[in-house]
Amino acid sequence: MDKRIPTLAEAVAGIRDGATVMIGGFGGSGAPIELIHALIDAGPRDLTIINNNAGNGHVGIAALIEQGRVAKMICSFPRSADPRVFTELYKAGKIELELVPQGTLAERIRAGGAGIPAFYTPTSYGTDLAEGKPVEEFDGRMYVQERWLKADVALIKAELGDQMGNLTYRMAARNFNPLMASAAARTIAQVTKLVPLGGIDPEHVVTPGIFVQGVVEVANPKQEEILNREGAVYP
Amino acid sequence: MSNDLSALKLTNAQIAWRAAQDIEDGAYVNLGIGFPEMVARFQPEGRHAVFHTENGVLGFGEAPPEGEEDWDLINAGKKAITLRPGTAFFHHADSFAMVRGGHLDVAILGAYEVAQNGDLANWSTGHGGVPAVGGAMDLVHGARRVAVITDHVTKQGAPKLLERCTLPLTGVGCVTRVYTSLAVVDIADGHFVLREKIAGLTMEALQAVTGAELKLDGPVADLIVPEV
Repeated sequence: MDKRIPTLAEAVAGIRDGATVMIGGFGGSGAPIELIHALIDAGPRDLTIINNNAGNGHVGIAALIEQGRVAKMICSFPRSADPRVFTELYKAGKIELELVPQGTLAERIRAGGAGIPAFYTPTSYGTDLAEGKPVEEFDGRMYVQERWLKADVALIKAELGDQMGNLTYRMAARNFNPLMASAAARTIAQVTKLVPLGGIDPEHVVTPGIFVQGVVEVANPKQEEILNREGAVYP
Repeated sequence: MSNDLSALKLTNAQIAWRAAQDIEDGAYVNLGIGFPEMVARFQPEGRHAVFHTENGVLGFGEAPPEGEEDWDLINAGKKAITLRPGTAFFHHADSFAMVRGGHLDVAILGAYEVAQNGDLANWSTGHGGVPAVGGAMDLVHGARRVAVITDHVTKQGAPKLLERCTLPLTGVGCVTRVYTSLAVVDIADGHFVLREKIAGLTMEALQAVTGAELKLDGPVADLIVPEV
């Protein structure tokens, strides 16, 4: 078994117009910037993107949006230090937004990966974000039904990876990445270091390879925060 | 608010200080992004809370010096934080299991409005702009204690403590205590119950800037906060 992919272009090949793509990361932490930029180069349009945020500055998801590739964002917090790319399109009615509370977003993705079509949570009960959703009382408290989220592709970032797709993460860059890995039909991980089989202690594996279909090495990955401080624009 | 009240009222740092005094040693605490993050600076001597952040870190330390940031190590406000002995990392589903599973002792959040039944509005001003909710709706139904820190009135001087919220709700019946620039108010059985007020502020003056009745249930202490 060898899930290694030699180039970023090959890693994102096959992502079609209209695809639903989960992109890992929380702000810039854990964001697979190089995979996102390869996706911009590859050119699919009308994408539905699932991420906690909606891009910052003019790189990563913000660049994908700025290039007109995104029809819909599913996220919890479409604001950032510099959210103008998303904000302008949203105000112009040119991009759709499905706003999801952050814990519900995480759990919907987890449920998608675990084969659980729906679950109940007290989060959002009695608020605008529960409108139209079934509610039910359990043990005297009201809960809102939420449905699973799945995707055609997940683009994620990990620290170490091996050819079987086993992954570790670096500090808070873990965030949504392991959840998304399980919830997509095809998960591509960019890893900072590709190690030989046995190079990851089995006790330390966070995402087991069964959830990962492709691994591409990107040594010295860029950090969104640093790119934005430099005023970077992609492409 | 009259000039008299403006002179009496606590600063944001002082409100944060007062809220910090109620956090027990060893408590697991989530602080909302922005103003509530300030509470971490005022832990009483000898007490050590363990801070949780939605993006998957428990037991982190303060901000690093400028230039020493590691952007893989941030809090929910996307600000750089630091490691401490005992820090733990975990993914987002585990992070919100901590929140929604009732494992956090306290969440401290900001507010646009709080109602006397504990309803909170803190995520949307209801018009224009891009809506963003983050983890607020999860936190208000997960933590054992949900406290709010806020100025007592809006910038225009309108009450923020109301009979009913007018803005879109974050959660229903979730807030248990409010620390304001003028008072400490509990929410019990659908009412605001005044616990502390600024010394020199009359009941009448406080009630005049509060949008619902302040009930009394025992003595009202002076809200005494040092210069911080």
